[in-house]
Amino acid sequence: MTDKIPVTVLTGYLGAGKTTLLNRILSEPHGRRFAVIVNEFGEIGIDNDLVVGADEEVFEMNNGCICCTVRGDLIRIIDGLMRRKGKFDAIIVETTGLADPAPVAQTFFVDENVGKRAKLDAVVTVADAKWLKERLRDAPEAKNQIAFADVILINKTDLVSDADLREIEARIRGINPYAKLHRTQRCAIPLPEVLGRNAFDLDRILDIEPAFLEQGNGHDHGHAHGHDHDHDHDHDHGGLTHYHDEHMQSFSISSDKPLDPDKFFPWIQNLVAQEGQKILRCKGILSFKGDPDRFVFQGVHMILDGDHQRPWKDDEARVSRAVFIGREMPEEMIRKGFAECVA
Amino acid sequence: MSDARTDTASIVERIRPVAAGGAVVAVHFLGDDAVFVLGEEALHVWRDGEERRVPVHAGAILASAGDGHRIVTGGDDGKVLATDPQGQSETLASDPKRRWIDHVALGPDGIAWSCGKQAFVRSTKGKAAPERTLDLPSSAGGLAFAPKGFRLAVAHYNGATLWFPNAADAKPERLEWKGSHLDITYSPDGRFLVTAMQEPTLHGWRLIDGKHMRMSGYAAKVRSLSWGPGAKWLATSGASQLVVWPFAGKDGPMGKAPKILSPSEHRICAVAAHPKQEVCAVGYEDGMLLLTRIEDGAEVLARAPGAAPIAALAWNASGTRLAFGTEDGEAGVIAL
Repeated sequence: MTDKIPVTVLTGYLGAGKTTLLNRILSEPHGRRFAVIVNEFGEIGIDNDLVVGADEEVFEMNNGCICCTVRGDLIRIIDGLMRRKGKFDAIIVETTGLADPAPVAQTFFVDENVGKRAKLDAVVTVADAKWLKERLRDAPEAKNQIAFADVILINKTDLVSDADLREIEARIRGINPYAKLHRTQRCAIPLPEVLGRNAFDLDRILDIEPAFLEQGNGHDHGHAHGHDHDHDHDHDHGGLTHYHDEHMQSFSISSDKPLDPDKFFPWIQNLVAQEGQKILRCKGILSFKGDPDRFVFQGVHMILDGDHQRPWKDDEARVSRAVFIGREMPEEMIRKGFAECVA
Repeated sequence: MSDARTDTASIVERIRPVAAGGAVVAVHFLGDDAVFVLGEEALHVWRDGEERRVPVHAGAILASAGDGHRIVTGGDDGKVLATDPQGQSETLASDPKRRWIDHVALGPDGIAWSCGKQAFVRSTKGKAAPERTLDLPSSAGGLAFAPKGFRLAVAHYNGATLWFPNAADAKPERLEWKGSHLDITYSPDGRFLVTAMQEPTLHGWRLIDGKHMRMSGYAAKVRSLSWGPGAKWLATSGASQLVVWPFAGKDGPMGKAPKILSPSEHRICAVAAHPKQEVCAVGYEDGMLLLTRIEDGAEVLARAPGAAPIAALAWNASGTRLAFGTEDGEAGVIAL
């Protein structure tokens, strides 16, 4: 697990600042060596013989899973890059502004050869502070990129007012409350905030921002945050506007009681087989009965991946928690199913 | 069957170890010299116990092909090189945009290579033959020349294309089948075309009528294919047993079951059919190497399990030498 090369996926709508971020990553003196897979040659201002042009070829898989697509070019390129193992420490994949992040993420789960050698570290989305609100209205790709992100850079913050910025953040939170948000200008950000986030940034699930927890407590049916109901209006909590996106929802589920793996696995596999088209991403950290290890899982549409991560620490509360981000998800059914997995 | 595996110390002892000096990605024979293609930069040549390194590319070696007389390689430096038995390398092509050379192929009358969605051929008959280009609907997954003449098969998304570069006006022929097609191989008698797909399955076409053949049931993507003598069978990797498809009849494997031989706990990752006998060299993920007789499944242990998967296997033309290399750079030649 540890010798897998970490892969950071950079997404963001046209003109948001992906290339600026990429040039920053490559030019800062951090002592790390990157192989970079770009969608357009020539925009990178850095001389690096490990920059590879990609074609963004999205292929459907004939594996009975209707939303299962992979990036064929990525499979080929990562295979080729691995011949130069030892020449780089990490891979960065830049996607085009109109790209859906799902096929990129799915490639790491579906292709055995890629999955054996590389692991998805995080999906980093660059959003344009000035234009994001409009893009969320007219560009489904932009919304997907926000929904998919583990880390979001709200870039070009110098072009908008503070009030606008707070509203943009609330909009983003309405789609994806679990991503780590950063305000940037010219993508200036300490690189550890973007790179080396580790395993799709799963631990973020456990430390959702406290402000969010507080907001939710009044009406969240006893769960971790406040997005588990179906309002489509805005409402106000302590001065922070709080949006629910009409198309994209997210919610988290938790349990203090250990789960039964013989109930959980059939349930989640069946769930994504039936409802995977609606579930953009799911991820979780689980405590199974009689198992000293934390079990982590993540999924993209119908594809799931999971593994034992590390032993639970003595002072750590053994709470199982899962988050789901998607469109028109059958939330009550998912909550009920999860609750029935308690051992 | 299992007794044979143990009573074979004599073959195991015939391994001549080779210090390849890097991960082996392919091996070819030039005459009786074993040439190990490394993942980066060089070929490692073994000639009767003498070893030397022949530098070829300034970076990764992404593809290689050999015909016993020369080895063609493609690299991430955008170059296509041919290396002869004297260790002399000649640059056959340089991509002007320094794109990766993803695949190469050697045929009776020409060489081919591909960069993304373009395939190129050059005839090796006559002097200074022009390079010809074919634009593809999607990136090439693999290239293979027909056993006779000057025609190239290219695997890609949703099928394969047969290209006759000398027939300037003829439209390339498209064979359709949904999905991503990668490695591609002509049967040595020219009757069938077989591709390995992104899914763990093979697809085949009988060329005379385009009839489809689906060969499935693998645990993993099939990455190694090898035709037995007389094109009677096709041995394949991708399962924890040797899967051998019958191609002797006019319908090939249509409606027939494959032979399942040499089961193991570990997957098979490389296969090489003996050029003359009904025997296949079988390399496993645990580094074990067996020689399996196709007729009855009798086995001889050629190499005990080691540290890394067998990555490459090849026989010399007469079938008296077998070369192997592993992912972590262990290699050897076995004289039989």
